[in-house]
Amino acid sequence: MSLNAEFINENTKWQDLTEGLQIYEPGTSRQFCTGEWRTDMPVWLKEKCRQCLLCVPYCPDSSIPVKEKQREDFDYDHCKGCGICAKICPFGAIEMKRARD
Amino acid sequence: MPTKTRMSGNEAVAHAIKQINPDVMPAFPITPSTEIPQFVASMIANGEIDTEFIPVESEHSAMSAAIGASAAGARAVTATSSCGMALMWEVLYVAASSRLPIVMALVNRGLTGPLNINAEHSDSMGARDSGWIQIYAENNQEVYDNFLQAHRIAEHKDVHLPVMICQDGFITSHAVENITLWDDEPVRKFVGEYRPEHYLLKEDESMAVGPYALSPYCMEAKKAQAEAMKRARKVILDVASEFEKLTGRRYGFFEEYRLEDAEYAVVAIGSVCGTAKDAVDALREKGVKAGLLKIRVFRPFPAEEIGAALKHCRGIAIMDRAESYSAQGGPLGAEVTAALYRAQAVSKTVNIVYGLSGRDVRVEDMENVYESLEKLANGETEFPEYFYLGLRE
Amino acid sequence: MRHLTEIRWHGRGGQGAKTAALLLADVAFKVGKQVQGFPEYGPERMGAPITAYDRISDSPIRVHSNIYNPDFVAVVDDTLLHTVDVTAGLKEDGAILINTVKTPEEILPLLNGYGGRVYLLDARKVCMATLGQYFPNTPMLAAMVKISQVMETDVFLKEMETSLQHKFERKPEVLEGNLKALRLALEEVKECR
Repeated sequence: MSLNAEFINENTKWQDLTEGLQIYEPGTSRQFCTGEWRTDMPVWLKEKCRQCLLCVPYCPDSSIPVKEKQREDFDYDHCKGCGICAKICPFGAIEMKRARD
Repeated sequence: MPTKTRMSGNEAVAHAIKQINPDVMPAFPITPSTEIPQFVASMIANGEIDTEFIPVESEHSAMSAAIGASAAGARAVTATSSCGMALMWEVLYVAASSRLPIVMALVNRGLTGPLNINAEHSDSMGARDSGWIQIYAENNQEVYDNFLQAHRIAEHKDVHLPVMICQDGFITSHAVENITLWDDEPVRKFVGEYRPEHYLLKEDESMAVGPYALSPYCMEAKKAQAEAMKRARKVILDVASEFEKLTGRRYGFFEEYRLEDAEYAVVAIGSVCGTAKDAVDALREKGVKAGLLKIRVFRPFPAEEIGAALKHCRGIAIMDRAESYSAQGGPLGAEVTAALYRAQAVSKTVNIVYGLSGRDVRVEDMENVYESLEKLANGETEFPEYFYLGLRE
Repeated sequence: MRHLTEIRWHGRGGQGAKTAALLLADVAFKVGKQVQGFPEYGPERMGAPITAYDRISDSPIRVHSNIYNPDFVAVVDDTLLHTVDVTAGLKEDGAILINTVKTPEEILPLLNGYGGRVYLLDARKVCMATLGQYFPNTPMLAAMVKISQVMETDVFLKEMETSLQHKFERKPEVLEGNLKALRLALEEVKECR
């Protein structure tokens, strides 16, 4: 028997793991909330944003969702708070602050 | 009707590959296995099979390409020897731990140095802990038969491990001997189509192979792999029994030759066993109760069965065609001795390193081994824990 | 006929001693024998001394060692007599076959006291008369079949014709030359002691 990735954790027995730890489903990285690693967090200042979308391709963690050609607020489940988006924004529309404040 | 013909060990493997018609064969030439990819490439060029041959730039690439092909869902084979397999080292483990049923024809040749091209088991013995199933042959017929059984073992759902089909470089790979070839149709039916459940090119399933695993997961994964090696034991015997129904030729973990009532036994692997059988027959004529245990399957290691088959013998010589530089003998010596201990045997044992780098072994050499065993068992002589056969000193 | 016949070939890299050994195994197989034909490998260099072996038997062959006490020895190049101990272990009731233009008086002292039968053949002469090129292994193969009696020579010629027909399907002139070389060698090989 083998489990889907979402049911595998550090209590899973060897009998329940897949052969060679292979994974048979796509996009399992979504289940891994790297947002927890964040020490600093970006804050989106919507009123300053001109929707140029430059921040989107720069984000290393695909944590800036885009819908109908407009960016939305950060995906804080996966944003690691690296600050690249804040550096690259030409309009000062992203500010970094301490996470968990 | 089976065909009685004659061919070399390399030709026999190539013929098996022709009958199996695998999907992919990446290979890089190295003596003494070069003829295998050479023959297969000719068969492809002549339109006899439609295997995709990948001429790679190294053995590391050959095994990597085999891994990629196998993960993609193809039946993949390759062939190599000696330092060629040494260059595959890293990826041998990847193939096994990724649970990919690759089949490799290994034509055993010593590892350097001194630089040499002849028969020795140091290449495969070095890889004994890589997670590959290892099956050895005494002659051309056996390497052919073993190769035909390899895919069935590797691809079995209880196993999913790569298999190494070994034969002695030059001694069998380049010797033309009589052989019986089985008809194409029954062979193809026996080997069957490869239908993996999961593979990278499967249309309706995404898959990741070889993910990074943190410590909390690795031990569990390795345990699962080790259990597959245990399950391979039954599968190897089941496949052998089905092969016997097809061909009438019987295979197991090992062959016992006049061993049942033997007082003195030799345990060995490969082509030397034919020579040992002639020595056994000659000694039996003289009333010496000599016998032979010829290892066919070294991985998984059939320790319990070996212990049971040998424990009645008074003297046992375990013969290694490889030096392990452990300062206490060769790998087969260590494992058979451990098996005997677990079987609570009281037999006297000696480990003999022989045939390194193609050093020839004659029937007389094997007769001398049995005679030494007699003296050892009777307490007439003491041996060092291991020694070299036919060494000038 | 002996139960097991063991033959050792001495030649130089490129002269076809290995091919001769394998051809002999091949033709012996075709007449129903159990066979083993194998070369002793080292670095392969044109002109270096090489050794090849044949075992021909009526029962399965299991031994996998070189041959130390051959029934017959073939020397494809007589210059080897000075450097290789070609008669080592050769059975006294066996025979040695040497490709040479030399006389028995010149050859016999080079055999390290071997007391068995000695056969000489000028393979170059046979080749030039039939093939126009020097392939010493073809006449040596025929002569060895005659001396060793591993099969009747007419059976041998018939089998060789069949396999050469297949091999030289598109070169009938080569086929004829080879068959002539085999026949002439059977006539030309002479026992000198």
